[in-house]
Amino acid sequence: MKILRDTWLVYSRAMLLNLKQPVWLIVMLIQPIYFLFLFAPLLEPMDGMPGFEEGAMETFVPGLIIMMALFGSAFVGFGLIAELRQGVIERMRVTPVSRIALMLGRTLAAVTSTVFQALALVLLAALTGRLDVYWPGVGLMLLIVLLTGFMLAAVSLGLAIVLKSEDAMAPTINTLVQPIMLISGIMLPMVMAPSWLQNVAEFNPFYYAVEAARALFSGDLGSDYVWQATAFIGGLAVLLVWWATRRFARAVA
Amino acid sequence: MLIETKGLKKVFKSRGKEVEAVRGVDLAVKEGEVFGLLGPNGAGKTTTMRMLSTLIEPTEGRAVVCGHDLATDSAAVRRDIGYVGQEGGTWGEVTARDELVMQGRLYGMSKRTAAKRAAEVLESFQLSEYADRNVKTYSGGQKRRLDIALGIMHEPKLLFLDEPTTGLDPQSRAHMWDEVRSLRERGTAIFLTTHYLDEADALCDRLAIIDHGEVVAEGTPLALKKEVAGDVVAVGVVGDGEKARTLLGEKDFVREIESGEPDPATGVAVLRLYVDEGATALPELLRALDGAGIAPASIELHRPSLDDVFLKQTGRSLREEGN
Repeated sequence: MKILRDTWLVYSRAMLLNLKQPVWLIVMLIQPIYFLFLFAPLLEPMDGMPGFEEGAMETFVPGLIIMMALFGSAFVGFGLIAELRQGVIERMRVTPVSRIALMLGRTLAAVTSTVFQALALVLLAALTGRLDVYWPGVGLMLLIVLLTGFMLAAVSLGLAIVLKSEDAMAPTINTLVQPIMLISGIMLPMVMAPSWLQNVAEFNPFYYAVEAARALFSGDLGSDYVWQATAFIGGLAVLLVWWATRRFARAVA
Repeated sequence: MLIETKGLKKVFKSRGKEVEAVRGVDLAVKEGEVFGLLGPNGAGKTTTMRMLSTLIEPTEGRAVVCGHDLATDSAAVRRDIGYVGQEGGTWGEVTARDELVMQGRLYGMSKRTAAKRAAEVLESFQLSEYADRNVKTYSGGQKRRLDIALGIMHEPKLLFLDEPTTGLDPQSRAHMWDEVRSLRERGTAIFLTTHYLDEADALCDRLAIIDHGEVVAEGTPLALKKEVAGDVVAVGVVGDGEKARTLLGEKDFVREIESGEPDPATGVAVLRLYVDEGATALPELLRALDGAGIAPASIELHRPSLDDVFLKQTGRSLREEGN
C-alpha cells in the first residue's frame, strides 16, 4: 500500500510539473504533425500495395504513434538529470519514500503524457478524413503505446542516473533509438525490406509493437503480433523498470 | 548519543583505482548539540555525511544514528533525520508551499497535516509572503531558508546540513547562523560540514577536524584552541626564512615553530611561532632578529584560531586552500 501511495505522490508531483510546462507537450506533437502532413502524402499512392493492404494512412499513422511514444519517452531522462543536479532526487532519497515509487511515479507520468499525445494524434489524423479509424482497436493500441512508453521511460531514467549529464545522454539515446526506429518499420513496412533486414527486424521488440499497433488500428484484434508485442515489450518493461529502480536506489549523485 | 560511529570507511572505485575517501572515522554526537565537521575540500566531510544520512553505504565500519543501526535499519534512520544537501534540492518551477506539502506527505503525513505544518514552517522561516511563488523567483537566502524548511518539515531529531552557508552573501550567512541556533534551542541536534573556520568556531558546540579522510582533532572549539596554547606570533621575513627559523627555534620561549612557503610575488615567508606569552615574547624576538641582522617584513600577534589547530595537526593552513 505504501508503494501505491508513494507512487501516486511522485506521480502527482511529476504531472504537476508537466502541466506547468505544457510547451513541451505541444513540441512533442509537432514532429508527428510534420510527418502527418509533409510525409504521409508521399505514401498515399502506395494504397493497397504490399505492406499497405489496409490503406496507406491506416498503415502509417499507427507507426507514427509508436514513434512518438519512442521519442517522447526516451527523452524523459533529461528532466531527471536536471533534478539530480538541483539535488531534488537526493532530497527525496533521504525521505522514507519507497525507492520503487521514486522511479515508477516518474515513469507513469511520462507514460500519461505519451498516451495523451497518441490520442491527440489519432484525433487529428481522423479529422483530416483521410483514414478510417476503428476506435475499439485504437483503445487497445493505446495499451501497446502505454507499455512501449513505460519501458522506454524506465530505460531513459535509468540511463540518466548512470550518465548524469545531458551531453552524454543525447548521443546515447540517439544511438540507441535511431536504429530501433529504422528497423521497426515505422516509416515503411518491413515487408518492403530485403530479407536479411527483415530477419534483423524480428529481433527488434519495437517491430512487434509497430505491427501490433497496425493490426489493432485496422481491427485485426486476433493478430499474432498483438500477443507477441505484449509479451516482448511487457517482459522488457518489467526487466528494465527493475534495473532502473536499482540504479535509483543506489544513485550516487 | 545521537550518532556513534566506529571505523567508518568509504572506498570509491573509479576506473579500476581505489580511492579511500574516508579512512576509519569514529564520531560521537550528543542530543541537542551542534556538531561540526571542519576540513578542506576533499577531506571526506560530505562523504561522511552522506553515509550517515543513508545516501551511500559505508565500505566498512558501523554507525548508529538516532538509535538505529545504519546498515540494518536505514529506513528507521530516514524517519528520524532531516538532510539538506549542498545543492539544496528545490525545483524552480514549483511553489514553496507545494514542495513543503509534498515533502510532508513523503514522510507519511496526511494532506491536511502536511498543509498545516507547511504553513507553520513557512511562517517560522519568514517565507509566507513568497509561499505561492515559484522557487525560481527566490533570492539565494530565501532559497536556502526553504531548503532548511524542507529538511525540518517532519520535525527530525537530527538535521544534517552540508555546507549550509557556502555561496551565501554575508547577510544571508548571518541569518543562516541564527536559524541554526534557533533550531538548536528548539531541541534539534545539528550535524554540519563546513570549511569556514569562523563558522565552525561561532556555531558549533563541538567539532571534529577532518583531513584526508581522518579525524585529526575533536572537541569544543575552545578546548581545541587551548590545546594549541598561548599565543601565535606570525613573523614575515624576506629571504632569511631558514636562518630565522633556526635562530628562533632555539629560543626557549618558543614552543613550536612552523614555516610557510615564501609568497611568490613579495618573497615574504611567514613563520608562525607558538609562544606562552605573546606580550613578553615580542621584544625578545625582535632583539634576537635584530642581533642576527634579520629585518622582519611584518609581525602579527594573535590568539590561536581553529586554523592554528588545523595547521598544528596537518602542517597546512585551511585558509591557504583558497576556498
